Amino acid sequence: MEMLTPIMIVGIIGLLAGVILAVASVVMAVPKDERAEALEAILPGANCGACGYSGCPGYAAAMAKGEAVPGLCSPGGADVAKKCGEILGSGDVEMERKAAFVRCMGSSDNTTEKMEYDGLESCTAASLLNGGTSSCRFGCLGLGDCLKVCDYGAIKICNGVAVIDEEKCVACGKCEKACPKGLIKLAPVKKMAVVRCSSCDKGRDTMQSCKVGCIGCMKCQKTCEAGAVTVANGLAAVDPEKCTGCGKCAEACPRKIITMCGVQ
Amino acid sequence: MDAQMIRSLVAIFLAAILTENYVLNKFLGICPFLGVSKKLDTAFGMSCAVTVVMVIATAVTWPLYTYILVPQGLEYLQTLVFILVIAALVQLLETALHKYMPPLYNSLGIYLPLITTNCAVLGVTMLVLEKGAADPSFGFVQSLVNAFGSGVGFLVAMLLFAGVRERLEDCDIPETFRGLPITLVAASLVAVSFLGFNGVVDRLAG
Repeated sequence: MEMLTPIMIVGIIGLLAGVILAVASVVMAVPKDERAEALEAILPGANCGACGYSGCPGYAAAMAKGEAVPGLCSPGGADVAKKCGEILGSGDVEMERKAAFVRCMGSSDNTTEKMEYDGLESCTAASLLNGGTSSCRFGCLGLGDCLKVCDYGAIKICNGVAVIDEEKCVACGKCEKACPKGLIKLAPVKKMAVVRCSSCDKGRDTMQSCKVGCIGCMKCQKTCEAGAVTVANGLAAVDPEKCTGCGKCAEACPRKIITMCGVQ
Repeated sequence: MDAQMIRSLVAIFLAAILTENYVLNKFLGICPFLGVSKKLDTAFGMSCAVTVVMVIATAVTWPLYTYILVPQGLEYLQTLVFILVIAALVQLLETALHKYMPPLYNSLGIYLPLITTNCAVLGVTMLVLEKGAADPSFGFVQSLVNAFGSGVGFLVAMLLFAGVRERLEDCDIPETFRGLPITLVAASLVAVSFLGFNGVVDRLAG
């Protein structure tokens, strides 16, 4: 009998606490936002953070509250944006599909190695050593930091330079952040010109370090009728908004560093 | 409530903050003290949650101990029962806050579950009983004031230390000391400085 009282007391207190909590969870239940739940179900669930929120639940909650617009989810693409728009009743949401582009063509055929590197297999580590192995100080090191962060298998290293498969790329932007040289940029997938170089060196220096690098000769800028190509800092840049995809700059480029994307 | 009583309550309150600070004097609740003191605002949120839970936990455990456990001679069950009660209480508090005070829930929300098994909370509810055993005039009201003072003491310690740590960020610390080592050194110095309060409250409240 002596040990029964403590057992009873602890048991009763525990039971009481349990019952009170159970009742409280029913009485004080907070209705979850149904729209947020529905939106979360649509989102890909990759929690990549490309939308700028903490993850898919965070983005769904923000959309349900009206703080965020649908269409920020690049992995989901146009499909997800459209479905989210339907739930929110904001009608059709136009979403441009984007993809990441590597702005370098400095493969081992086009550039030389300025040193032998035997350290960590990481672009970030290599770039700390005198800017990396490539003869071009702006160029791709080809050690694959971008490849390691890509969840979609869209990146390959071909002949010492990263190449992105536009079909597989969902534009989550992870590689953009991973590249220590800042060579990867997101751009809309449409018929347009892309400058595959990031060298800001003077033309003469670029000529020496790479066989294909942009030398800032201005031919593309003069050829472009839409005014989409500008050369600044010895490097050509294409404005995706203005580019009509005519392809004249690509033809005019003496280094063949401007390529046309979205042309099947 | 006469002047004598008020005076003794103020003494208890000040003693709980300064001379019997749970973090810097009794070294309880070190985990949140080191873990959540990186920024001033998070330190403040955590401390407020701790204060609330300390007061409510004492309000429940004191009667429970005095009117149920003691008459049965079951004082040895206090740790078990208190943990049970505090855990349930924190859970209940979280549910209630979520329903009735969403802004407060959002600011405290992350810290509340962390407090469930915080040893400072358990320490406040248990050590106050020792005081009651030593001094019969130390009753329910005194216990509540003590709990509130302990919470404020936790807040003071957290805010002071968060300030120290924010300043440490800008210092050129020797590499071996970076991170946790320098934090522990700083914590011990803050604790030593709190020893300076010994005897202050006795003089004030005479």
